[in-house]
Amino acid sequence: MVIDTSGIATAAAGGALIGLAAGGLYLTSGRIAGISGIFGDLFTRRPALWKVAFVIGLILAGLAARLGGVGIPNGPGTGPALLAIAGLLVGFGTRLGNGCTSGHGVCGLARLSVRSLAAVAVFMISAAVTVYIVRHGLGGVK
Amino acid sequence: MKTFLSALLTLGFGVLFGAGLVLSGMIDPAKVQGFLDIAGVWRPALAFVMGAAVLVALPFFQWTRRRGKALTGEGLEAPPQVIDVRLIAGAAIFGVGWGLSGICPGPAIVWLGLSPAAIAPFVLAVIAGALLAELFKDGKSV
Repeated sequence: MVIDTSGIATAAAGGALIGLAAGGLYLTSGRIAGISGIFGDLFTRRPALWKVAFVIGLILAGLAARLGGVGIPNGPGTGPALLAIAGLLVGFGTRLGNGCTSGHGVCGLARLSVRSLAAVAVFMISAAVTVYIVRHGLGGVK
Repeated sequence: MKTFLSALLTLGFGVLFGAGLVLSGMIDPAKVQGFLDIAGVWRPALAFVMGAAVLVALPFFQWTRRRGKALTGEGLEAPPQVIDVRLIAGAAIFGVGWGLSGICPGPAIVWLGLSPAAIAPFVLAVIAGALLAELFKDGKSV
């Protein structure tokens, strides 16, 4: 197995900011920074003001990164058709399973929730299997 | 006024969360898929995102839970603790979408600020998927 260990320091630093944001939100307001739930609620029910504010904050972070000239990738990677298929699965799956990488992955694990640990294990495995099939096919590693 | 101030604070946490997603590399689908692809050249950096986020968030969550309420006096969100078919199926479906695109909900919203046109198919499909899941949840309990 070949391992590329680049980017670990910035990954950990960015992760710390994410943890600070999720922890700060919970401490100050008791709210869980589960982004799929927050975003989904904007369209499936009458959204609370704080959910709108959190989503605007995320968008502002993207805008600021663009204006600040921070090194960002050129685009979200894949073409529109694949993006739409993936988005449909992400939207459906996170709504059905009540969470994604932020809600189950960060907040759930920090709450020491066994339910979230189960969800994280399942989506990590299913995502890894998906990438394996897409990149290496069912016939084995190329 | 209180609602407004709380929304402003939440907006700040959203910006901080988004900055963490940008800095950590989570918004880069190539890095995400590189992390998920354990059979190719494995790039473990992104494990440090969730690791650092959980480590930083953990004391906030545990302390807040011990207090029993948020600093503002508000009650704490308490998600259900049931591990059922819906949770596992949802997480598995989400993982497939995440693996296909390398994008989860938080980064998708940050991309709305970076390149709204490019990420639009994904975000619109996430909304459609969430609405579909709501119908499914209402119609039939798993």
